[in-house]
Amino acid sequence: MAFDKMELQKIEVWDGNRAAAQALRQSQVDVVAAYPITPSTPIVEGYAKFLADGYIEGEYVMVESEHAAMSGCVGAAAAGGRVATATSSQGFALMVEVLYQASGMRLPIVLNVANRALAAPLNVNGDHSDMYLGRDSGWIQLDAFCPQDVYDLNFIAFKVSEDHDVRLPCMVHQDGFMTSHTAQGVHTLTDDEAYGFIGEYKPMNDMLDFEHPVTHGVQTEEDWHFEHKARQHNDLMVKVIPKIQAAFDDFEKLSGRKYNMVESYDMSDADICVVCMGTSVETAREVATEMRAKGIKAGVVGIRVIRPIPFFEIAEALKGVKAIAALDRSSPNGAAGMLFNEIAGCLFNTDTKALLSGYVYGLGGRDLTKAHLVSLFTELQKNVDAGKVTTPLQQFIGVRGPKLSFL
Amino acid sequence: MLEIRWHSRAGQGAVTGAKGLADVISTTGKHVQAFAFYGSAKRGAAMMAFNRVDDKVIMNHEKYMEPDFVFVIDPALVFTSDVTVNHKENTIYIITTHMSTEELVASQPKLAGKKVYTVDCIKIAQETIGRAIPNTPMLGAFMKISGMYDIEFFKESMKRILGKLPQKIIDANMLAIQRAFDEVK
Repeated sequence: MAFDKMELQKIEVWDGNRAAAQALRQSQVDVVAAYPITPSTPIVEGYAKFLADGYIEGEYVMVESEHAAMSGCVGAAAAGGRVATATSSQGFALMVEVLYQASGMRLPIVLNVANRALAAPLNVNGDHSDMYLGRDSGWIQLDAFCPQDVYDLNFIAFKVSEDHDVRLPCMVHQDGFMTSHTAQGVHTLTDDEAYGFIGEYKPMNDMLDFEHPVTHGVQTEEDWHFEHKARQHNDLMVKVIPKIQAAFDDFEKLSGRKYNMVESYDMSDADICVVCMGTSVETAREVATEMRAKGIKAGVVGIRVIRPIPFFEIAEALKGVKAIAALDRSSPNGAAGMLFNEIAGCLFNTDTKALLSGYVYGLGGRDLTKAHLVSLFTELQKNVDAGKVTTPLQQFIGVRGPKLSFL
Repeated sequence: MLEIRWHSRAGQGAVTGAKGLADVISTTGKHVQAFAFYGSAKRGAAMMAFNRVDDKVIMNHEKYMEPDFVFVIDPALVFTSDVTVNHKENTIYIITTHMSTEELVASQPKLAGKKVYTVDCIKIAQETIGRAIPNTPMLGAFMKISGMYDIEFFKESMKRILGKLPQKIIDANMLAIQRAFDEVK
């Protein structure tokens, strides 16, 4: 079966979901097994339509749950195809068991996650709860800040994930609604450029290679289990970061767009900075620029690669800064925030002795306004001036009722 | 930065309208953003959509907005919701209604002293497109009030965006845009 190419404009006005669906089309994904869920639905819907309209040579498998969706992806990837799907929130939570299977079986699958809150109470809007739930699952996790990033990072995801030295599945995260349903200008690649970048799928240990029979999904008890897990962790720690860097470099040559493990903005001489993920990175950049006009040396650090955590790159980005706010868009439910802990770990043995404070914000899609960020930067400057953290170590931004703070 | 807030009911096409407008503006080299608050996302529920337009890349993702323009594409929303929330001194309102601007302002004192224009997008849509989809007429009215683009350029651009719809529907939309452009007061 042949497929048609699509003429795109140089800049298309796409939301994050559309950008992801177009990237899946241009990557000529062989199999998408999916159980649609808000706000990620238009990604797999888009793939299905492209397929039905003859723009893709592939297969769309309708299943009865997200658990089955990821199971279908595992089967198709083990059989030797290029595989992707999308989900959010409760669907992601239902997939979790199979996420560990996919990574443990070393199957390259690309999962687009339109980040959404986890119930209860039920909520369809964007926060990072599902993204945080996936962070020990053995997948690579990339984070998009806007629709352009979603488009570009999908190609990076296929390239890294399918590399025979990596063979690990990869999530591309975007903020539910704030990116997934927000249309912005997206610079496109032609179908040939995009496909040329990721290349033909090269199977490895595929079940459909009958000359070389293999077993997938085996049982190992205490005799071998640890070795498998250790090797998987080793590859995440050692091999993945250089491969992502190489993919970023190649992608810059192709598109002119430069990505980094850790995105630093106005950090070279910054006294204070915000560390965050998703759309908040861009809003914070705009506010940091405005703070600088007022004479406050503000900067922003955005985490592009969440797993494997770019440990040394984070320490380097924060080198010499005096006060840091770690912003977590997921309830830590009885702990300091994830970013607070990661940053503390990255910096503890370095010479950067910054004042670190944590903030929980934006749960269930609650707006992070520029006004919130202005007070946040102002608070950080106060910490610098006082030479100590003047507030509790964990505060909540934008929640109604009495001000909440802990630690 | 130009900012627009749409007041609509889910299903009336505010999101499509906002994205269509963004698409047209993007072709002229400006940077755009179009998004919406869906709430419970039930058909008929009050909802809002938003546009941002700027000469530089738009990095602001806050949902909070003090709009330059407010579009109200369902006539009842002026009465059941506060379309003036977070307004600026010079916010311009384009409201779909069967009433005259004077009658509307008299019936809704919140609008007194504000720059209010009216046009009956529902009637125009029913008479041209045959369904009460008031989004494209609102854009015709906006072209008149803002003077953003020549109406012929705008209609040509919208033809491309409506692209795959049947020719009859595209023609009806062009008529609706032109009528709203001519009739907004």
